[in-house]
Amino acid sequence: MSHKQNDSIQTVVATGIGAAIIFVLMKFVAIPTGIPNTQINVAEGFLPLLGAIYGPVAAGLAILIGHTLNDFVTYGSPWWTWVITDALIGVAFGATKNRLKIQAGALSTAKLIWFNLYQVVVNFIGWVLLAPTGDILVYHEPAKKVFFQGVTTWIVNSLSVAVIGTILLVLYSRTRTKKGSLKKER
Amino acid sequence: MNSQFLIGYSPRKTFLHRLNGSTKLIGFVALSLIGMITYDTRFLAGIFLFSGILFYFSKISYQEIALVLKVIMAFAALNLIMVYVFAPGYGMTIYGTQHMLWGSPQHYFNLSWEEVFYIFNLFLKYTFAVPLALIFLLTTNPSEFAASLNRIGIPYRTSYAVEIALRYIPSVQRDYRTISLAQQARGYEISKKAKLRTRIIGSAQIILPLIFTSLDRIEVVSQAMELRRFGHNKKRTWYLAQPFALRDFLALATIAVIVIWGVVLFKINGGRFWNPFK
Repeated sequence: MSHKQNDSIQTVVATGIGAAIIFVLMKFVAIPTGIPNTQINVAEGFLPLLGAIYGPVAAGLAILIGHTLNDFVTYGSPWWTWVITDALIGVAFGATKNRLKIQAGALSTAKLIWFNLYQVVVNFIGWVLLAPTGDILVYHEPAKKVFFQGVTTWIVNSLSVAVIGTILLVLYSRTRTKKGSLKKER
Repeated sequence: MNSQFLIGYSPRKTFLHRLNGSTKLIGFVALSLIGMITYDTRFLAGIFLFSGILFYFSKISYQEIALVLKVIMAFAALNLIMVYVFAPGYGMTIYGTQHMLWGSPQHYFNLSWEEVFYIFNLFLKYTFAVPLALIFLLTTNPSEFAASLNRIGIPYRTSYAVEIALRYIPSVQRDYRTISLAQQARGYEISKKAKLRTRIIGSAQIILPLIFTSLDRIEVVSQAMELRRFGHNKKRTWYLAQPFALRDFLALATIAVIVIWGVVLFKINGGRFWNPFK
């Protein structure tokens, strides 16, 4: 069987089970910050790992499905602008797959610093620029309110990814065999 | 303990249960999109009433949804308070008139009929889709749902991913609970009594094993699916796929009429807002 097909099956399964994990994390392990619908979100911290292992399609779709299902059972109907923002952020995290090369063994400090700068920028674009603009255009909510929510979410999510995301990436990469660590005996 | 926490499909014999999953999916998405865009109070109130009547016919009992309803109400209330606190004069900006209830437009915290009306509109927008969403969740079999996604044009791999998500949520949840109890038995405190720092460390001790066992599960399940030749063909049939019946066409026609009426109202109102103050 070709390697390509194996990858596509893995993407399907990673999307499905990834979405289930995201759903459970969002539902049961969110720590409230006191601002409505803004929580310290453990699921956001899991997203970089999912993206780094399985790529942009799996990460983007998994958070799309997980977030939609969570909104469904928590609020009754999905808040589409935020769901889509989250999906785009998932795709952006998935795009780090080829750069981080997590399957090739422990991550260097340089890679981790690069990743953290990248995630802060990605979260900024998502939560401070895209999500509030969407809320204003689609839902016509007051700009001050949505930007306040956006900035809070940016800070909280960046922290969550910086702490939980980095820890997960480091721990996972340590379980992988370093590339080129075996030598042929002569 | 958590049985009410997750609302899910429960089979009954109503016309809403018999409707095709695709019909319900299209209906929910179409109505929630039009309701998301419009600010016409009459239209929103109309959909609200319509979904309320449908909800009555679905024979869903109050106990099934009590907890969810409370959360939704709390969420809507918090949001509306925030909307008011951050921009008390926003209603006047939108509708262009000033009918004061107290204070004057110069004060920051004033209250006008326009603001009350705007917040009432927001309240309708937050809640009108709730009965529809509950109907959709409680009357659609998850497996049929995946088949419906595929029917309306979503690739079958994506539909299958959604089905895997729906099927694995209970197992991941069970894993979570088992790990959580095991770690609490070892002395990690995660309840509200503990300090934030302790709670975070406690949660980490649960999340790490949960995520790593789930990653193993991804490997196992994808190997099993590979052995059964998943993804070999371009198309896939579904065991629970249903053909469209007359009732589905009738339901779709009703939904189309509502959506078209919503679009016509944009023309009549000259925009998204219906302004009774002029």
